[in-house]
Amino acid sequence: MTSAQPQRAGLGSVFASLVRRDLLLALRRRSDVATTFFFFIIVVSLFPLGVGPEPDTLRGIAPGVVWVAALLASMLALARLFAGDYADGTLEQLALSPQPLLLLALAKILAHWLTTGLPLVMIAPVLGLQFDLSGEALGVMTLGLLLGTPVLSMIGAVGAALTLGVRGAGGLLALLVLPLYIPVLIFGAGAVAASMAGMSTSGHLALLGAFLLIAAVFAPWATAAAIRIALE
Amino acid sequence: MLQAVGLECVRGKRRLFRDLSFEAQAGELIWVAGPNGSGKTSLLRILCSLLPPDAGSVLWKGSSTRDLGEMFRAELVYVGHAPAVKDDLSALENLRFGLAQHGIPGDEAALHEALAWFGLRGREDLPARALSQGQRRRVALARLAFGEAQTLWILDEPLAALDVSAVELVRSRIGTHLARGGVVVLTSHQDVELGGLRTRRLLLGE
Repeated sequence: MTSAQPQRAGLGSVFASLVRRDLLLALRRRSDVATTFFFFIIVVSLFPLGVGPEPDTLRGIAPGVVWVAALLASMLALARLFAGDYADGTLEQLALSPQPLLLLALAKILAHWLTTGLPLVMIAPVLGLQFDLSGEALGVMTLGLLLGTPVLSMIGAVGAALTLGVRGAGGLLALLVLPLYIPVLIFGAGAVAASMAGMSTSGHLALLGAFLLIAAVFAPWATAAAIRIALE
Repeated sequence: MLQAVGLECVRGKRRLFRDLSFEAQAGELIWVAGPNGSGKTSLLRILCSLLPPDAGSVLWKGSSTRDLGEMFRAELVYVGHAPAVKDDLSALENLRFGLAQHGIPGDEAALHEALAWFGLRGREDLPARALSQGQRRRVALARLAFGEAQTLWILDEPLAALDVSAVELVRSRIGTHLARGGVVVLTSHQDVELGGLRTRRLLLGE
């Protein structure tokens, strides 16, 4: 059987198959993805109820509330990013793949963002309506989240890989990763505030884009290195 | 082909082995034996470069596996202690994705054939969580059917949790691989002497 060994598949198809596998796993464990999503919705919706229906106050706190909720929601899903693969030996197999581990790490980060980050981006404009945000501010907020949430996934992946196999990894992960989220929070929320004040938002958004590029270069590399250490 | 030179491994404060050297030729089986905790798994992890040795080096066809990196990994099949089988995926999906991660495309017919050969016919689409321990092991080992292009097989306790018929199947797989000039390193508490095949027993924990 299987006498003729076919040619090895290229990097692209290995990358795609890993993304597909993680998406399939997320589909089979829908509750995990739903938890993150509804956590975000509930946290954001609690504020108008708690603060009261004063439109000016709500508009003032909206950017910060949405962004902080997005940070916490993306945090919530991080612990699962590598833990399952680490426990069942899949991570060892990935590390032994002839493909570079950093690209496999990037594939896992991408799948993670598609299942946890992207849903937040899509629901955010709806949630923004609760805060009486203008159409333009909603657009800026969504664009900011679209640029910022992948950065959160990438920074988070480094933290998740570093805390693999550590007892009480969840709490440690939060302490490690949340401070690193601060620049994204400042410029993400800042963009919305600037838009509401009628100022240009291009500076903030350009900086978010720059964070994204820097993270895309360094985070997979650092994640791969941390995975190799965790496997020793 | 595979050469270990002066390997030393220290885990925690215990030195598991030191100055361990051996060589495996094409078509040779290295059977790593020894009591629990004698460093069998650590040795296998060092051989496949998951774990750096505290001293010494591992050579593959004359060059260090660390330097070879991806080129070495392309010639390696490692089936570890943890079977790398996902509960939420079916046996078929587990095998397909497991192979895909190593860039080995398996067409559907071949995947089905490999699972059927391993006694999983009719269970291809069951989620792995519905399978028994031995059956999960079989899913992990079904990979060996696609391991022809990889010369070096490193198998950690491949026979654990398997029934008599499955043990025979794995042995015949290993036999075929050795016959075509492959190298197999495995740990086992069971007797793995294969009739007519060159087996070298490496006893750790002396």
